[in-house]
Amino acid sequence: MDASSEGRAPRPSPSDREEEVRVRFFGLYRELAGTAERRMSVSEGTTVGELVARLRGPEGIPELPAAPAVAVNLEYASPDRSLRAGDEVALIPPVSGG
Amino acid sequence: MAEGSREVALRVALTRAPLEPEHLLRDLGSHGDGAVTLFLGRVREVNEGRPVVRLSYEAYREMAEAELGRIVREVAQAHEVGEIVALHRVGALELGEASVAIAVAAPHRAPCYAASRAVIEEIKERLPVWKKEEYADGTVAWVGAPGNLPGPPGRAEPEEAARGGRAAPGDGPGGGEG
Repeated sequence: MDASSEGRAPRPSPSDREEEVRVRFFGLYRELAGTAERRMSVSEGTTVGELVARLRGPEGIPELPAAPAVAVNLEYASPDRSLRAGDEVALIPPVSGG
Repeated sequence: MAEGSREVALRVALTRAPLEPEHLLRDLGSHGDGAVTLFLGRVREVNEGRPVVRLSYEAYREMAEAELGRIVREVAQAHEVGEIVALHRVGALELGEASVAIAVAAPHRAPCYAASRAVIEEIKERLPVWKKEEYADGTVAWVGAPGNLPGPPGRAEPEEAARGGRAAPGDGPGGGEG
């Protein structure tokens, strides 16, 4: 396929990825989730709180608190924070450093 | 930066290597800094009455380094200091080893102590690091998540969640030091 047709070629996987966020789990939440990370689809305007609500379902972490600490792109984020495709979302269990 | 025009040196890291106080103090601050403090948080052999035989720290490394950087910048803005170095261990630690080290150089002792205290308090509230302890009776627990969910104390208020990272009360269980 020559270069001139590239623009019309179907692009299935890139467009799918663009609607996903990467969700990472740590510590206790990682053990409860049974995985260190997963990808979840988001639509425009999906908030942190909505993502958490989905994660509390039977296929996620039923034991997850209603308002766990969450980080988006390496900073703590509030539940009303809107997510964008490609964001890295992390569920932060109660911290115990120091 | 603290009051005045002086550039404040800041250094943070998460590390698997043992923390070496002598190394930390070498070249800390400048000749304008009349005070130096070194705080070490050490692994306790008993936590909440239970003998600990093994422990390790897990970190969200990318965020923890970023957050530790934010902490020392905030503290450097609030106190007149010349230099702050803050290091936190990850991985398996021996009992008695230092899990955290905070070295501060400042012109005077008051801001030196205050800055050192502020850094450790913020670390305990915000740094995305988790301690897992194994006890003499063979049980294992993530410190700070007792009773295992849901809703650790201090987490219920929406403002707290919005603020983020207010994961454990300052005097809550699971202190690594003291």
